[in-house]
Amino acid sequence: MATLAEKILANHCGRKEVGPGEFVNCKVDLVLSNDITAPLAINAFNKLGVGKVFDSSKVIMVPDHFCPNKDIKSAEQAKMMREFAKEKKIAYFEVGQKMGIEHVLLPEQGFVLPGQVIVGADSHTCTYGALGAFATGMGSTDIAVAMATGEIWMKVPPTIKFTYNGKLPKWIGGKDLILYTIGEIGIDGALYSAMEFTGEAIEELPMSGRFTMSNMAIEAGAKAGLFQVDDKSREYMANHSDKNYSVVQPDTDAEYVKEIEFDVSNLEPQVAFPHLPSNTKAAKQAGNIKLDQIVIGSCTNGRLDDLRIAAMLLKGKKVNSDLRCIVIPGTQKVYMDALREGLIEIFIEAGAAVSTPTCGPCLGGYMGVLAAGERCLSTTNRNFVGRMGSPDSEVYLASPAIGAASAITGKISDPEEVI
Amino acid sequence: MILEGKVHKYGNDVNTDVIIPARYLNVSEPSELAEHCMEDIDPTFVTNVEPGDVIVAGSNFGCGSSREHAPLAIKASGVSCVIAQSFARIFFRNAIDIGLPLLESNEASTEINDGDKLEIDITNGKIEDTSQHKSFSSKPYPEFMTNIIDAGGLINYTKNNLRGK
Repeated sequence: MATLAEKILANHCGRKEVGPGEFVNCKVDLVLSNDITAPLAINAFNKLGVGKVFDSSKVIMVPDHFCPNKDIKSAEQAKMMREFAKEKKIAYFEVGQKMGIEHVLLPEQGFVLPGQVIVGADSHTCTYGALGAFATGMGSTDIAVAMATGEIWMKVPPTIKFTYNGKLPKWIGGKDLILYTIGEIGIDGALYSAMEFTGEAIEELPMSGRFTMSNMAIEAGAKAGLFQVDDKSREYMANHSDKNYSVVQPDTDAEYVKEIEFDVSNLEPQVAFPHLPSNTKAAKQAGNIKLDQIVIGSCTNGRLDDLRIAAMLLKGKKVNSDLRCIVIPGTQKVYMDALREGLIEIFIEAGAAVSTPTCGPCLGGYMGVLAAGERCLSTTNRNFVGRMGSPDSEVYLASPAIGAASAITGKISDPEEVI
Repeated sequence: MILEGKVHKYGNDVNTDVIIPARYLNVSEPSELAEHCMEDIDPTFVTNVEPGDVIVAGSNFGCGSSREHAPLAIKASGVSCVIAQSFARIFFRNAIDIGLPLLESNEASTEINDGDKLEIDITNGKIEDTSQHKSFSSKPYPEFMTNIIDAGGLINYTKNNLRGK
């Protein structure tokens, strides 16, 4: 009678079962931080006075937000993290080497296993739920405690089950499903809860789309967004990790706080308008929204499948002369795979800028900051006021298919418009 | 402990990007972060805020990123407490961890006006609006969290636990 989240948490606190609302102390399998959150975590860690991390093979630091360093202050933060990582002998992914955006990188490099508990000082840590792990974002102080002790307190969340019925229509991917879901339930529609995604349409959805959905669970306020392990996730694991893992599945009579069903057979590609991810409508209903910039990439949509869809639409076409299109592969591996497949050539021929992996523009850091009055359609995950630059700019969230189509037309466009 | 200050009032879904925009996250020093606190939602906040002041907001306060810089910026700006209908999960943890008091109350969130003077007894969660002569009570914390708060935050709480082992 336990949900996936409850079972995983019970396994990690030495209990047979746990129920929603209970406070438990959980053992963690991976502890993550990045160049923005690690400096605060390191300061907090040093205050604990323990000297070493609980297990250097389970602590990971990724320089991705403002790296390659965008300015002197960022360089100082990255340096502090690099030196700490070296001193404690923990996994660190240097710029240009086997690096990437943390939530694309960790599953790709085989760190994430089904059934794990993973905590990260980054709200999009929930991405790993796509592989059936319980993964959640926390602040730097929590992460410092997890680095020191290998444990962290959690309140067991209630689980909301989302069932997606019907066949996935053409162009519909994980981004459309999750934007539509957030549009229906609101940005606090799953506050403090775990989301469990299932249904006929989910069975069809590739791993890349599942990562996108789990990634944005936080955009509905959720603590985690989980998928059951199936053939697609097993195949992904076989290709990315040689570590053993045990599969945890929810009980068939698990108790959910709410069950929500959607029929997606007629779903249209979705766009979230400013300034909330819940402000969604079909791209076809967008009206004439002229754009100044397109960003294709991020921990939400920076995987090879995402770049393939964008390249398919941009092949032989030109980016509209009134806008900038910026493509950012999620990791060095994605970059290299895209290069070998000829996707990078397609982007550059079309007139897009291609960057080394970084979170840069998503949070208004660098590599595509917006001026007042500018509009960007982005495959990222947040469109709050000022998210990508000036508080007087606008961000529209959508899939790589809509991103590529809109890059060609210069306005928000359904992919069918450019076919 | 009694907190006293005037109210800065905001709406629903006040997110971490407006509390402290990411363009300022290239530093970790709370006093530097405080210079830009609430900048994208209220550019006058930094010049108007005085020690002890209280932020009152609607639902889902602190939604968005996991940046602990958000409660740190609020605390370092002098704000003594945040009152809201509800808080986003990570922000809530972060605030408790670093010792920024949060209180949940629908009534207080709705009825308190911008600029009101408040007196808050943080030990029992009683909120006194001395401008409107109204009082409100807030949701008590679960015992588990009271232990963290009483220890002065998660670092001290963990140190005490480690010492006990």
